[in-house]
Amino acid sequence: MALLEVKNLGISFGGLRAVDDVNLNIEKGQLYGLIGPNGAGKTTIFNLLTGVYRPTTGTIKVDGVDIVGKSPSEICQNGVARTFQNIRLFKKMTVLDNVKAALHNQVKYSLFTSFFRTSNYYQSEKQMNEKAMEILKVFDLDGQANYLASNLPYGKQRKLEIARGLATNPKLLLLDEPAAGMNPNETAELMETIRLVRDKYNITILLIEHDMKLVTGICEKILVLNFGTELATGAPEDVLNNPEVITAYLGE
Amino acid sequence: MQNIVKEKKNNSFTKKNLLITAGIILGFLVVMYLAEGNLLNRQYKSLIVPIGIYIILAVSLNLTTGFLGELSLGHAGFMAIGAYTGALITLNLNMPEAVEFIIALIVGGFIAAIFGVLIGVPVLRLKGDYLAIVTLAFNEIIRSIINFLGITGGAMGLSKIPRYTNYIWVYILVVLTIVIITNLVNSRHGRAISAIRDNYVAAESIGLKVSKYKVMAFVIAAFFAGIAGVLYGHNLSVLKPADFDYNKSIEILVIVVLGGMGSVRGSVIAAAVLTILPEVLRAADDFRMLLYAVVLIAMMLFNSSGIRTKLEESGKLPKLPKLTRNRAK
Ligand SMILES: Nc1ncnc2c1ncn2[C@@H]1O[C@H](COP(=O)(O)OP(=O)(O)OP(=O)(O)O)[C@@H](O)[C@H]1O
Ligand SMILES: [Mg+2]
Repeated sequence: MALLEVKNLGISFGGLRAVDDVNLNIEKGQLYGLIGPNGAGKTTIFNLLTGVYRPTTGTIKVDGVDIVGKSPSEICQNGVARTFQNIRLFKKMTVLDNVKAALHNQVKYSLFTSFFRTSNYYQSEKQMNEKAMEILKVFDLDGQANYLASNLPYGKQRKLEIARGLATNPKLLLLDEPAAGMNPNETAELMETIRLVRDKYNITILLIEHDMKLVTGICEKILVLNFGTELATGAPEDVLNNPEVITAYLGE
Repeated sequence: MQNIVKEKKNNSFTKKNLLITAGIILGFLVVMYLAEGNLLNRQYKSLIVPIGIYIILAVSLNLTTGFLGELSLGHAGFMAIGAYTGALITLNLNMPEAVEFIIALIVGGFIAAIFGVLIGVPVLRLKGDYLAIVTLAFNEIIRSIINFLGITGGAMGLSKIPRYTNYIWVYILVVLTIVIITNLVNSRHGRAISAIRDNYVAAESIGLKVSKYKVMAFVIAAFFAGIAGVLYGHNLSVLKPADFDYNKSIEILVIVVLGGMGSVRGSVIAAAVLTILPEVLRAADDFRMLLYAVVLIAMMLFNSSGIRTKLEESGKLPKLPKLTRNRAK
């Protein structure tokens, strides 16, 4: 059984059919790419998968569980985490607290414990700090743990978003243009990190990216979207040589 | 370096808590000396209780305005609910003073908190200016209801409320408020509240229940406002609905803004300064309100612009606590 099973997915905004009849099957552990020209509906698919939008048609199953109609926070607890194309960090919180906020449902204690700091508070916070620092280390952010998130350079902010998503302990991680605004060195480094994260945490990754080097470098399978519909699906080398794809997207 | 937030050690709690306890006891001795010694005259001594009440009001409002980031103009409404509930309890019960007063404080806080749930409903639907207007309306509705009901004494209000409030009760409750709110904002619940303020879409995406935490912040803030109301009524011995109009809510908001959104320490300092200031300016008589406004603007500028940082760095001014650490959006 596929980890993510999407059938006939569609949504309209007024008269605009932003996503139309999209099917997507991602196997467990796969690194999957979603590409397409600007306005093709890629981010909209992420918003459908995470419950930000409710689909007009179709079904979405994550690890066998139907998630259509659930709220974003319930979907997160069903194992789907994401990053945003326009970075959405908790800017006035520290880097460490950004990740700790995402551990909210992993390490729990009661409101009473929060008010009066019983010993459980110190234990749980310590556990959270350790978990958070371990994740930050993967992204080379442990040195800036006490910076305010807004004071990180752009590339590191993108990494922090991934770290935060990872902290929710997802089965499926959705990355919306993780390399946007990064220089080639940073992108190369990011590719390594994405692969490492997949292996280390045993998760499945679906990513949107315009950087073809990154896509062909790490994705095992890709789906090309054009005007909200599937143009092609398959291994990167096949798809990117497909004449239709070349005219729609790559040729430009 | 404002960007590097001080490192928090998490397991040195025995030593740190010992220091805090020592500070609380020392603080009490200072307040006791001010209240009972010869340093202050009667007029200034009578300010100690109001300062404490305003600290509780400002620190609790900071939870909704500074940490949750929602503008609330109805804090005096919660205060009124607590004040009247508490007064009706002590007026009607016949128990030892301390027992009666503790019951009044707890029930006053709880009833205010229940109204906090009610106001939570619009909180979930509205944002920003709209929410500010609805909370303001809530404040006026509460005031009108109190004005209209028989049990609250209508426009005449309640009188002969026992004067149970003294600096000892106020000190204890101020400390409890500060400790609980500070602990809360540094906990998993407080992080959820701040995360929602900074970006609610992202907060939802990491599995936080936005509605739950928004209501939670309002309910906790209402609880403490209720307690402040109970203290207020038992300090003045009389209550009138007019005491709790929107001017009062704005007054509390001014304290929070001046002290800095999301700064508990700032709220404490600003509450003290703004309660003392009108008394100090009393000598200026006719110009009192004008001077008050001018001083307010000057303090805002001093606190938010770079002037202070420059003076501190050049050594002309000792390092003062950073009031505006977390400014809202
Ligand atoms: N909430 C919305 N209301 C109306 N139209 C929307 C909404 N969200 C997306 N759209 C439209 O849907 C289409 C697809 O947008 P989407 O953001 O998914 O594109 P994308 O493939 O992510 O593009 P890019 O590569 O530029 O990020 C666009 O035409 C966009 O204007
Ligand atoms: Mg997009």
